[in-house]
Amino acid sequence: MSELWQYRELLYFLTWRDIKVRYKQTLLGVAWAVIQPLFIALTLSVFLGHLAKVPSDGMPYAVFAYTAMVPWQLFAHALTEASNSLVANERLITKVYFPRMVAPMSAVLGGLVDFGIAFFVLVPFLACYRIVPGASVLALPFFALLAALAAFGVGLWLSALNVQYRDVRYTVGFLVQLWFLLTPVAYPSSVVPERWRDWYGLNPMVGVIEGFRWALLRTGAPPVGLLAVSAAMTAAILVSGLYYFQRMEDTFADVI
Amino acid sequence: MGERQRYRALRDTLADAVRAPFRRLRRAFGNGAAGNASGPEFLWALKDVSLEIRQGEVLGIIGRNGAGKSTLLKILSRITTPTEGYAEIRGRVGAMLEVGTGFHPELTGRENIYLNGAVLGMTRDEINRRFDDIVDFSECGRFLNMPAKHYSSGMYMRLAFAVAAHLQTEILLVDEVLAVGDAAFQKKCLGKMGDAAHQGRTVLFVSHNLLAVDSLCTRAICLHEGKVVTEGPPGQVTSRYLKDWIPASTEVIYEDIGSAPGNDLFRLRRACVRPVNGSPADPITVRTPFVVEFEYWKLVPQIQLDIAGDLYNEHGIHLFDTGTYGQPAAPAGLLRSWCVIPGDLLNNGTHQIDMSVYKGTEVVFRREMILVFEVRDVGDLRGLYHDVWHGAVRPHFQWITEHIDTSCGSSSVALGGQA
Repeated sequence: MSELWQYRELLYFLTWRDIKVRYKQTLLGVAWAVIQPLFIALTLSVFLGHLAKVPSDGMPYAVFAYTAMVPWQLFAHALTEASNSLVANERLITKVYFPRMVAPMSAVLGGLVDFGIAFFVLVPFLACYRIVPGASVLALPFFALLAALAAFGVGLWLSALNVQYRDVRYTVGFLVQLWFLLTPVAYPSSVVPERWRDWYGLNPMVGVIEGFRWALLRTGAPPVGLLAVSAAMTAAILVSGLYYFQRMEDTFADVI
Repeated sequence: MGERQRYRALRDTLADAVRAPFRRLRRAFGNGAAGNASGPEFLWALKDVSLEIRQGEVLGIIGRNGAGKSTLLKILSRITTPTEGYAEIRGRVGAMLEVGTGFHPELTGRENIYLNGAVLGMTRDEINRRFDDIVDFSECGRFLNMPAKHYSSGMYMRLAFAVAAHLQTEILLVDEVLAVGDAAFQKKCLGKMGDAAHQGRTVLFVSHNLLAVDSLCTRAICLHEGKVVTEGPPGQVTSRYLKDWIPASTEVIYEDIGSAPGNDLFRLRRACVRPVNGSPADPITVRTPFVVEFEYWKLVPQIQLDIAGDLYNEHGIHLFDTGTYGQPAAPAGLLRSWCVIPGDLLNNGTHQIDMSVYKGTEVVFRREMILVFEVRDVGDLRGLYHDVWHGAVRPHFQWITEHIDTSCGSSSVALGGQA
């Protein structure tokens, strides 16, 4: 762990590199971080909210969807980038020593930066609907952190597996899509029957999304039950991910 | 440790799992390299290597390709862990295993200096302090704010080397990175290495450039098939290496352009040394004129590429440098360049040829010891002389003796000691 602190500059530079490279020579630059969740949310509002009349816990569907899309985007992006982070940095890993965990970590940090930008737009968005968040917004960083840790935990597993089994890269897209459907982004978790609710909460993103919505829109009581399950699940994934990653770390340079 | 394994598809693992479930599971969760010890493709890159390197030593590591030199450096820089044994390192390690690690073509030169420095382990402070020195050394000052993808390959290399050259770690590991740039730059690179040595830093230097090893190193080891076969003062180790471990290699062929050595300007297809009107398998004697031949793909039409060979004898003496200099640019395609080296020029013994390809004064491709051949002695010239015939070259000059006068001069020629 102290090694990671020693290499913090490298962590900073790798994150900085990924962000810079992503937006260099693009016309819209960092605006892309906003456009993606926003457009998906708007499309969902039209087709699911308006036409299919999916319930949205009593608030305008667009608000319902967008407040969930922003943290979801953080998770999806961080997970996708982290899973491929070791293979993408293959040249570095075979030529230079650094604690390998820096690679998926910088991927997740990159996702957090995009999240920050998208969140920035969320505030005026809410203002358009005349929604003023209360004191519960202070809980927001906690939920964002939970999403980031969940992405990091899964990312550790997938990136280590990806080094040995390249199938992982192709399944991540499908995995994220599936995960999206299992998370209450496009629909409220109230559609899930009571008796399944706890199992549903095993998806760490359920806690994040419900918590996020609660913090910003203050709809009812804080979803403590769901949150507890999600947080516990995230911790389990993270710890097991750390263990597996460190176990396999020594072989990366040989196998990659 | 095993050689680099190719990655597997989950499919392979699943297929095996059906056949031997527990063995597979243990292997998947254990140290991958050790687990493979029972497989037939297992290869020891290094075996039973024990070394102690003291502070301030400059150790040269030589050996044929595949002898395990790079693996040794990888272990010492903690990129891979040994399957058996351990490596104990005291002090910060800076590794130059490849130039330009971490460079990204989209970032500017300035940004790449910071990135590359961070990758090599320098802190931002250190980079800031040395920034100007790095820029001066690389001679790329004017182009710092351009994205690196616009740099020529030479500039790219120089900038990358400049960053690595300013590492101030106590231990420096250098892997054959010095053969880049033009002659002046190469000299600077060697100079930097020499500075490191003089500053009392510990340097481990892997190279094929035996002259550099001789001049820079305080000690040398020779690796062969994973084991240390010679150790001692560099001069001794390099001569022994040339004598014992280089079997003649008078021809190399790379059939497939994709895997042939080279880059996007030039790809080598074949190099050979053969007697005129003979094949690479025929012997060359001190009298035989022989051909040095290179077949290659030239991938760019207008640019002039010069093919050159440097000939060295078994004592490491650079006999000559010859090449296609001054010829007009050839069209792109598969080309053959060759020259005839006359008989009665070289002395007997083992000789090696290093090949370089120049674009102007810049080296764009280099392969050391690409050809190694034996020049055999021939009896009839020696008469009754049976010992070593000294000299880097052994030309046969025609001596002429003529009779000037019948008598031996006037009576004033005294051959005794009388006054």
